[in-house]
Amino acid sequence: MERHLDQELTDLKQQLLKMGTLVETAIFESVESLKELNIERVNKIIGEDKIIDEMENEIDERCLDLLALRQPMAIDLRFITMSMKISTDLERIADLAVDIAQRVQDLVGKPLLKPLIDIPKLTKLAQQMTKDSLDAFVNKDAELAGSVILRDSEADKLRNLVQKELVDDYMSKDPSSASRAVPLLLIARHLERICDHATNIAEDVIYMVNAKVVKHHPEEIK
Amino acid sequence: MDNEMKIKSENVDFFYGKTQALKNINLDIYKNQVTAIIGPSGCGKSTFIRLLNRMNELVPNTALSGKIYLDGMDIFAPSVDAVEIRRQVGMVFQKPNPFPKSIFDNTSYGLKVNGIKDRSFIEERVEWSLKKAALWPEVKDRLHDSALKLSGGQQQRLCIARSLAVESKVILFDEPCASLDPISTAKIEELITELKKEYTIVIVTHNMQQAARVSDYTAFFLMGELIEFGKTQDIFTKPKDSKTEAYITGRFG
Repeated sequence: MERHLDQELTDLKQQLLKMGTLVETAIFESVESLKELNIERVNKIIGEDKIIDEMENEIDERCLDLLALRQPMAIDLRFITMSMKISTDLERIADLAVDIAQRVQDLVGKPLLKPLIDIPKLTKLAQQMTKDSLDAFVNKDAELAGSVILRDSEADKLRNLVQKELVDDYMSKDPSSASRAVPLLLIARHLERICDHATNIAEDVIYMVNAKVVKHHPEEIK
Repeated sequence: MDNEMKIKSENVDFFYGKTQALKNINLDIYKNQVTAIIGPSGCGKSTFIRLLNRMNELVPNTALSGKIYLDGMDIFAPSVDAVEIRRQVGMVFQKPNPFPKSIFDNTSYGLKVNGIKDRSFIEERVEWSLKKAALWPEVKDRLHDSALKLSGGQQQRLCIARSLAVESKVILFDEPCASLDPISTAKIEELITELKKEYTIVIVTHNMQQAARVSDYTAFFLMGELIEFGKTQDIFTKPKDSKTEAYITGRFG
């Protein structure tokens, strides 16, 4: 039986997807701006963040209306409450893209300290984890969500590698390199945080699909 | 589920003529808990609770197999008196059904039927029951008015008081708020939550939100079968059976 609620849930899903697309674009733009050290791209990201902020509020309001007016149960209830949480994580990811862009601002006009090796790997990972967590949400794919969660430790490893290299090979040897090393170090940190938020989304997807709590219980994934 | 069991239903089948209304129902009702029974019309939920105080045997041409135990006692054993079971297991119906008598006489009716004549005991008992049913402040100055002058919600609480007066242990509610406005409904729900401290409660309801609000355990019936039983918070957030999920999310049919 087709319910009115189904249309409203579809609309909510569409809106989250739209927000997800904007967030993926923000990450893409921020990492491209790093490659090119392009100040115009930076400004664009910062300007568009407001749209994403607004969308978070709209999604929250929509979810609250659905909870109050429809009194959803079971899968519907889990879908709506998890949508609220996912929108929060998406908004935080967009903020991190802005943070990355601002670090790029600090780097513009200076020669790059070193060729980037691990940061592009971390970038790819952050983009893929975000994309997969959203795909898992759309397709109610708990397996894909599980794979996102398992990739999070890889992000931590890459972040540590970047940090160790910048500190040991550059900053401790030549303190004047700090103004070029610290932004890179922070970018690695922001990327790793993006992976954390993608992991949160994936955990929420698993709860939504299977009603299984894997948050803080990684052993529950398989 | 480490609660003490009050009622146990074991392999219960029930027939109206050739129509099987209940199929192999195994359900435990826990003491001092509220158990909600939900399910679409004709799923057997009312039939089931009417068995719990032996009201179904008043219907001709029915057949029962399986056992129902109240505090470990087989309520259908030949030695057991149906009237005694109905005293211990009271029932409140969808439509309030006070007798066309005074508020006082309605409340004391069961006592008189049970042969109690002591006037001061009866008066005490009436006051106690009406207080328990959260009706006393509204009727204490007009106990001898006709019960039919009360509002629907008050009449329903009077029916609850009537059941409490004979010291029932279990109260069965069959859609108790179906004909009540939201305020009266809220009062009955508050009362149910209050009463469970001392009584065991089973409520049949079509209102899913009501089941979610008042019950500790929920049983979902469908076409005479018990599909799922569990803690209410689990049934309404993560039901195990897809049929339960379809019903509580309104996808049914």
